Order: sequence, then structure tokens, then C-alpha cells
Amino acid sequence: MLLVTKKFHNKSEFEFMKLFAARNDSFLSADANVELSTDKSGSSARKEPSGPRHASSFTPSPAAMQPTSLEQVQATAEPNPLKTCENLSTNCVMFLSSLGDGMNAYVAYKVSTRTSLPMFRSKVFSVRRRFSDFLGLYEKLSVKQSLHGCIIPPPPEKSVVGMTKVKVGMDDPSSVEFVERRRAALERYLQRVVSHPSLLQDPDVREFLEREDLPRAVNTQALSGAGFLKMINKASDAVNKMTIKMNESDTWFEDKFQEVENEEQQLRKLHVVVDSLVNHRKELCGNTAVFAKSLAMLGNSEDNTALSRALSQLAEVEDKMEQLHQEQAASDFFIFAELLGDYIRLLGAVRGCFDQRMRAWQRWQEAQSTLQKKREAEAKLLWANKPDKLQQAKEEITEWEARVTQYERDFDRIGMTVRKEVLRFEKEKAKDFKSQIIKYLEAMLQSQQRLIKFWEAFLPEAKAIA
Amino acid sequence: WQCVYVFWSVISPQLRSVSVDLNHDASLLIDIPDALCERDKVKFTVHTKTTLSSFQKPDFSVPRQHEDFIWLHDTLVETEDYAGLIIPPAPPKPDFDSPREKMHKLGEGEATMTKEEYTKMKQELEAEYLAVFKKTVQVHEIFLQRLSSHPVLSKDRNFQIFLEYDQDLSVRRKNAKEMFGGFFKNMVKSADEVLISGVKEVDDFFEQEKTFLLDYYSKIKDSTAKAEKMTRAHKNIADDYIHISATLNSLAADDMTANKKCTTWLLEGRVASDQDLKLTELLRYYMRDIQAAKDLLYRRARALADYENSNKALDKARLKSKDIPQAEEHQRQCLQKFDKLSESGKKELTSFKGRRVVAFRKNFIEMAELEIKHAKNSVTLLQGCIELLKSN
Repeated sequence: MLLVTKKFHNKSEFEFMKLFAARNDSFLSADANVELSTDKSGSSARKEPSGPRHASSFTPSPAAMQPTSLEQVQATAEPNPLKTCENLSTNCVMFLSSLGDGMNAYVAYKVSTRTSLPMFRSKVFSVRRRFSDFLGLYEKLSVKQSLHGCIIPPPPEKSVVGMTKVKVGMDDPSSVEFVERRRAALERYLQRVVSHPSLLQDPDVREFLEREDLPRAVNTQALSGAGFLKMINKASDAVNKMTIKMNESDTWFEDKFQEVENEEQQLRKLHVVVDSLVNHRKELCGNTAVFAKSLAMLGNSEDNTALSRALSQLAEVEDKMEQLHQEQAASDFFIFAELLGDYIRLLGAVRGCFDQRMRAWQRWQEAQSTLQKKREAEAKLLWANKPDKLQQAKEEITEWEARVTQYERDFDRIGMTVRKEVLRFEKEKAKDFKSQIIKYLEAMLQSQQRLIKFWEAFLPEAKAIA
Repeated sequence: WQCVYVFWSVISPQLRSVSVDLNHDASLLIDIPDALCERDKVKFTVHTKTTLSSFQKPDFSVPRQHEDFIWLHDTLVETEDYAGLIIPPAPPKPDFDSPREKMHKLGEGEATMTKEEYTKMKQELEAEYLAVFKKTVQVHEIFLQRLSSHPVLSKDRNFQIFLEYDQDLSVRRKNAKEMFGGFFKNMVKSADEVLISGVKEVDDFFEQEKTFLLDYYSKIKDSTAKAEKMTRAHKNIADDYIHISATLNSLAADDMTANKKCTTWLLEGRVASDQDLKLTELLRYYMRDIQAAKDLLYRRARALADYENSNKALDKARLKSKDIPQAEEHQRQCLQKFDKLSESGKKELTSFKGRRVVAFRKNFIEMAELEIKHAKNSVTLLQGCIELLKSN
């Protein structure tokens, strides 16, 4: 997961494009990358508030955000420190393109890659992609790779409502949050794709990262979000309806599948509660802000000077608390909730590759039964003494014998791949969860430390009441 | 749930800061050492230690219900002699609706959660129930202590009966006349609300007080409501944390970090209830106290109106040359009453101001210190947790 920092400029779109072009040129190294994004605030780690707004908020709070126009959003990311892949890092930057208008407008994302792999044309490059391009990539990959039993990372959900608001040009915070959420999700999606050793080798992936103009992806309606899950579940149903039940010599697959299903269920449950937490925290934000104002009014009414002052100070503390709550809510959402959402989808993909294996087995079994039928047909022909048809039958038998062998080999191969994939997935998952939870706790820790400062500043005010 | 004994002396200091200077006078010491909750009714044990000869025994206890406190409060309010005093606000009715409703919901949802989650939720609810219980005991105790520390009210005959009478007070309570009187009193008061704005004030001090109290009351009422909303949101978050920690526990049974996280998050629940006790209770209490101060102003305004009416009556009597001595006597009485009210009212309101400032100060300091303490605990826990995760 990449850390994100945000900055808002108050420039017109044209000027912004100019600025962007200038930055594009200087997009040479990771350091420059980080410098560009964080401007005054220095590193992208959380810091104390400098100026009107805390520099590393994930989401802007409505009050202090200056221009909220989506055109002026720029985000860059740090290289993923947990990357184990060979020096490839992909960063995802987003800006709103002026292409199209009204309902035809779309958001273009800038995908920046930094790599040392020789198979790429250059070390640093970027391209523009739109959301449907990401879905298109997924479709291509799943068609090809899933046959081998790979776990293909699923892309983020499509959202008609969210995107409509954005298209209409609404500048409200929820639209901004939506776009940022999508950008971050796409970034994670890409990161997962490129950190998969087999997928990275796939020419479609390379093309996606490198090629200037990508042909428009079609048929992406079925994909993403509910469509994706429906697809997975349909495949599962097909497997379940199989008449021939597999006799597993090795219970590993059965056990693992059960584990995956259980885990997915638990994560869903957790996701629901975390969603509730996010909402409650947003509610707390609102309530705290309202309370702070009320307390300030009370302070104005108070006729004892020192107490009046203390009440105003307390109102300010509560205001600061509101800000803390807001940041915590963003943290809850962007770190915790999104993580859960990702893994619910990923576990679906894992289930998908188990199903692929089942289907491979099914193919093998069907081929075997076809072969059997062919052999029986041959026997009949032998008995009926039809030499020309017999020749054809023998050819068919040979063909099907080859197929059976092939399918058996496929099935074994898929089995091995699935095993490898699942183990790799589990390792990645453990790492991912760990790093995210550490991030979440660190955010909480910082929040608590700031809280201490606020109250310690208030304490002498309280003591000064006479 | 049916019966809960509470020995709450451990946390009683917390609410004491709401009203200070109580229970210092050894001649009459009152406390509520324990209480019993049966179904809907709370039975308080009121314990008195006294050196005053007006009492039959030096050390005794009686059981009392909430309604008995209300009876005592109302009789004091109705007593003419105390018209110039701020009568301490009556303690609010014990309200267990919130935890009870939650418990009900928990029972319904038991099937959908793990045993561990259910146990944790139940524990939290029991803690909430206990907190409500402790709060109600405290407000009842403070009410009595306000009375005992008041130079005039502590000598009230009904107060003594309340403390001493070892039979059921319900007979006295059910006095229909008193109940009706109370109702009538409230009805008249709202009409007086208009009166208070209309009466021409003769005294600068009271004019200022009136303006100040009316404004302050509306502001503090608003703040109290908003503080309560804030605390409720905090509680919701604490509940969410419990669900999260329970689910995490079932996800990673061998991961002890989950348990650590759980403790961190449970702190949030405790912060919520501490904040509730300190800030919200403080605001709530003084809202009621200011209402009591406003009541004093009403009574004085009524007395002023009576006095002015008596003047008019005297003028009329003089004009008609009829019943002049009665009118003069009536006018003299009204003036006397008004003067007495003004004098005692001034004293009461001045000391009330001082009391309020001191209480706010003490409360704010304690609240800030608690927040800091909890946050420091959180920080330690979180740091430990992060260390653990990073080192694995």
C-alpha cells in the first residue's frame, strides 16, 4: 500500500496542465517524485499542522479545503517499501482530463512506472489510462492466466453514482473522496499485478504500462464489483453442479478451500462493522464540531473572565478534537475498510482459481469418458467389420488418448500452480495486513500524541480559573 | 439484572467536583453508601451521622426511593420561607432505558455473534448499566449534601423527617394537595416567564442577574444537549470496537496482537464514559442549578409584582377611604417579603456564582488530566503493539 499525500492548487485548468507538463519532465527519480508531491510539507509522513491544514490528511475536510475543484487534484505516491519484486515500482498519479464533456467526460489517471527491468523500453515512464482500461487489463489477464490457476487480482468496483457526480463537475468533498478512493484502489490493483512474477511477464501488462495509446477496452460492463463477484459465483455453481464428484487424494485442496470460504465470510462481517465505525466516527466529528461552537457561545455568555476564557479554550480544544476524529475516520476508511474490501474481492479470486482446477479436472474426466466411448465404438466397428470407419475410429482414439494425457497433465499443472499461488497469496496477505495494521496503529498513535498536546495546553488554562 | 448492589465510594470523588464545599461540616454528614436496584425501582440507603441534638440518634440509616427525594424537593420549593433561597435542583429520575434497550437488542442478536463477542458486549453493557447506576446514586447524594451544607435548609423539619423517619414516606408523598400544588406551581411559573420580562427592575444587581441567567441558561442547555450527543457517538464507536476486536480474534486465533488491539480500543469506551461523567454531567448539573437560580428570580419578581399590586390597592383604598389599615398592612407585608427575598436572593446568587466557577475549574482540571492519562496509556499500548508487530 502506498502512502498518499494530497495538495490542492488554486489554478485554472490550463495553468494546471502547464504545471503538470513541467513536472512531467522533471519526473526522473523517486526523490524528485516525492519532492513534487509534498511541497511545503516536506516528507509524506504525517506531521504537525503547518498552515491551515494538516498536510497529510487523506481526505480534505470541507471546512479548510481551499479550492476543491477536481481539476486541481494531484497525488503522487512513494515507492512501496515492501516490494520484493525486482526493482519495479509503479506509481499512480491522477488528474482530471478535459477530454469529453458532460457525461462523456472521464477521469484520466497517470500511471508512472519506475523500473530496472530490461524488458521495458525505459527506466522511467508514464502513460494515461482511464478506468475502463484497468478493467480491460483484468479481462485480458483473467482469460489467459486463470487457465493456469493463477490468482488474478481483481480491479476495484465500478460505481455509476460516484462517477456521475464527478462527471457533472461537482466539487463537493464526497466526490473528491470518491476519486481519491478510486485512485488509491487502482494503484493497489496495479501494484498487486506487477508484484506477481508471472503476471509481470505478461505482454498485456507490459503494454498497459508502456504503450502510449491503448485501444479502448470494450465489454467491461460485466466486470468489476458486483459483476465480478457474480462471475465467480456462477463458476462456483457450475462446479457444484458437477455430477462426477472429485475424489481427492490430497485433502489440502478441500481444506484450503474451506479456509478461504470461512475467511471471506469473516472479512465480510468485519467490513460491515468497520463501515459502521467509519460512519459513527463521522457522526462524532459532526457532533464535536457542533458542541465546540455551542461551548464557545457559552464562553461568551460567561461573566467570570477567567472561566469565560477557559470555556473558549475548551471550545478550541474540542475543535481540534474534531479534526483528529476526521483524520481518524479517513484512516479507518482508507487504511482499514479498503484493505478489507480488497481482500474480500481477492479471496473471491482465490476461490476462482480453485474452481479453475475443478474445471480442469472435469475436462480431464470428460475426455476420459469420451475416450471410453470411442473405444467402445471401435470395438463395435470391429465386430461389425467396417474397415474404413474403423480407421477413422482408431484415429479418433489416438486423438483422444492424446487429449486425455494432455488434460491430465494440465490438471496436475494447475494443481501445482494453485498450491504455489495460494501459498504466495497467503504470504502477501499476511505482509499486507501487517503493514496496513501497523500503519493504522501508527496513525492512531500520532493522533493520541497530538491529543495529549492539546489537553496539556489546556490544563494551565483550567488551572488559571479564579 | 434484577438486583445490583453498588459500593461506589471508589468513584464517588468524580462527581463531587460537580458541586463543591459539601459534607465538610461534621455536625451533619450525609452519604449514600449503597443502593439496590429491583426491577424498575432503585432503593437508596441514606446514611446520616450527626452531632446535632435535634436528631434522635447520632448515626442512622433509612431506605429511600427516588420519589421520596422529589417529595422533599417539592415541599422545600413550596415553603414560603425559602422563597429567597436557591433550592438545590431535584435529582433526575434513574434512567436505565438506554442500557436496557441495548441489552434487549443484544439478546435478540445473540445467535449472530460468536460466544466471545457476546460475552464482551454483555460485559460492556453491564459496565454501562453500572455507570448509570453510579451516576444516579451520586446525584441523589449530592442533592442531600447541598441541603445539609446550607445554613437554613439543613434545619428544615421535612428534611429531618426525610433523614430520620424509619417508616415508609409514601403516605406523605401521596398527599394529593401537595401534588396538585406542584402542578399548579409549574403552570403559574410559565406565565411568570412572561412576567419576569415585564416587571420593571429596581435593583441593578438583579437586573444584571436576570439578563445573565436567562442567556446563560439557554446556552448551557444547548451545550448540554450537544455534549450528550457527542458522548453517545463516542459510545457507538466503543461498541464498534468491541465487534471489531471480537471478529479479529476469531480471524487470527493465534495472533496475540489482536488481543492487544482489543485493549487499546476498549480504552476508547472508558474515555467516553469519563468524558460523560466530567463534562456532560457538569453541564447538566449546572443547567439544573441555573434553573433553580432562575426560580428564585421568579419568586422575587412575583413578590415585586405583589408589592406593586399592594401599592395600587392601597392607593385605591385611600381613594375610596375604605379598608385603609388592611391595605397598609398588606402593603407592609409585601414590602417586607420582597426585601427579605432580595436580601437573601443577593447572597444566594453571589455564592452560587462563586460555587459555579470553582466547580467548573475543578472539573476542567480533572477532565484534562484524565484525557491526558488515558491518551498516555493508549500511546504506551499502541507503541507496544506496533513494536510487537514489527518484530514478528
